[in-house]
Amino acid sequence: MTIILNKAAKVLQGVTSLGNRKGLTPLLFVLPTSSIMVILVFYPIAAGIIYSFTDMTQYNMGNQFLSPSWQLVGLSNYLNLFNPATPAGHRFWSVTGQTAVWVVGSVFFQFSIGLGLALLANKPLSGRAIYRAALLLPWAVPTYVTAFAWKWLYNSEYGLLNMVLTNLGLEPINWLSHPQWAMFSVILANIWLGIPFNFIVILGALQSVGHEYLEAAVMDGANRWQRFRYVIIPLIRPVLQTALLLGIIWTFNQFNVIYLITQGGPNYSTEILVTYAYFEAFTHWRIGLATAYTTVTFLILLAFSVWYVRSLRATERLT
Amino acid sequence: MPTRTSALERLLSHLGLTLATLFALLPITWVLSTSFKKKEHIFSTRLELIPPEPTLENYVNVFTMQNGIFWRWLFNSFLVAALTALLAVLLAAATAYALSRYRFRGRRVLMFSFLIAQMFPGAVIIVPLYQILLRLGLVGSFVGLVVAYMTFVLPFSVWMLKGFFDTIPEEPEQAAWLDGASAWQAFWYITLPQAAPGLAVTGFFSFVNAWNEFMFAMTLMSRNETYTLPVGLRTFIHQWDTDWQLMSAATFLVTIPVLFIFFRAQRHLVGGLTLGSGK
Repeated sequence: MTIILNKAAKVLQGVTSLGNRKGLTPLLFVLPTSSIMVILVFYPIAAGIIYSFTDMTQYNMGNQFLSPSWQLVGLSNYLNLFNPATPAGHRFWSVTGQTAVWVVGSVFFQFSIGLGLALLANKPLSGRAIYRAALLLPWAVPTYVTAFAWKWLYNSEYGLLNMVLTNLGLEPINWLSHPQWAMFSVILANIWLGIPFNFIVILGALQSVGHEYLEAAVMDGANRWQRFRYVIIPLIRPVLQTALLLGIIWTFNQFNVIYLITQGGPNYSTEILVTYAYFEAFTHWRIGLATAYTTVTFLILLAFSVWYVRSLRATERLT
Repeated sequence: MPTRTSALERLLSHLGLTLATLFALLPITWVLSTSFKKKEHIFSTRLELIPPEPTLENYVNVFTMQNGIFWRWLFNSFLVAALTALLAVLLAAATAYALSRYRFRGRRVLMFSFLIAQMFPGAVIIVPLYQILLRLGLVGSFVGLVVAYMTFVLPFSVWMLKGFFDTIPEEPEQAAWLDGASAWQAFWYITLPQAAPGLAVTGFFSFVNAWNEFMFAMTLMSRNETYTLPVGLRTFIHQWDTDWQLMSAATFLVTIPVLFIFFRAQRHLVGGLTLGSGK
């Protein structure tokens, strides 16, 4: 009986696919979410790009009571920004350079430490579940809590780090009030934050590597390094690439860690593109300049996102 | 592994993993220790990991300061996070279902835009979004904050739920169609109940994301009694000094529910982010 019903279902499935699965139905299903996304994400992105060609400030941006009176100024915000001779341009290039240091410094160590730990944990060890839980902890903690915790560790007088240094008879360090140390400090906190994701994703990939490949490599006389380099790495390469790209995108976007630990200081030395755009928008209210920053940010992220999507497609088609 | 691991190798692995574990636990342990210390032990240059005279007074102070404003922040955070999670799951489920089951024009573009939308930080859209909310009179209201949170929880929820729907067999729906059910009925009565665990996990993550969000909350909420926890806790930081004892107790308190949810649902998150490319 069930077999017959199943058969009937299979036959009718063709009919229903034609009748039910085309046309308006799916569009009605996706309509609410899609329209919200258009209004709340894609319109603001477009509006931001337009604002970057205007002289918008808090006075002419308009509100409930006042109609907007800003004007188009062409490329002037960008010309200002890209010209290192102007104050705005000088700031832009140093913030961009700091963003590069921040991303490269954070992601390099997050990734390599995560990879190293995953390799260490990828063997039968007692207490592996405990390591796993403890190493995941930094990912579970809210980033604003992470930022507060590190800010406390870095406290110049009563922070743990300087207390350890002075107890060892060493000079305390101005973790947050010296420009180079401040950059080092926010990067260290961000490395701490990013290790768990890399660790867990890479460990998952390592555990999925089939024994047969490794056994075949052993039979062919491959040593440990050769097995790692020529068998394991090519097999988990898509995962490594995805983890790396997500790490870059997330670090590039990381607002909380910097804003809450140093607020971009001292003297703008730890500002990155997203924090500085926020500062220009909501402290100086120079909307035109701020949106020029966000547009540059948008374009850089778009490039990385397209790369990320490609890397996903390489292994699993977006069906 | 085909090769045996030597005792030395295991020892070195334990050593490396233990060091990393200590590093991972250090900041949180230090905050936890601070939260049980008396003020005179916090602001002392003696290095003490175990509080010399452990006390609960910091926790009591967190709950009683400024006429119990912490309860208010807690309530605000909970309200905003719960509304965000509910709305996200409700709206995203139908979309994720259609993306999983139907092949229609524009489907790939839609999926691509949901994926891309997750990559853009709030900082890119916050200025125009702020203006939209200003014009609607929603700046400073919880509704406005929930609306702002939709920008990042919706795309995330759609992708996560699509993954869950992909794993649910289609046969029961087809049987329902045979019985004359509409597409909506098949979705609502047949598939949605089966996706309950997925809906719960997605809801939990949306809740946690909203609970942890700081930038939108700081920008949109300007009155003390409308603060959510991250914005409220920031008032402990003053220009030249910080109430580290209150900060430590409060951050530990707000982290507990997040840890609980995270460790229960973490497995699904990794799969969702890499789209199972590890398989």
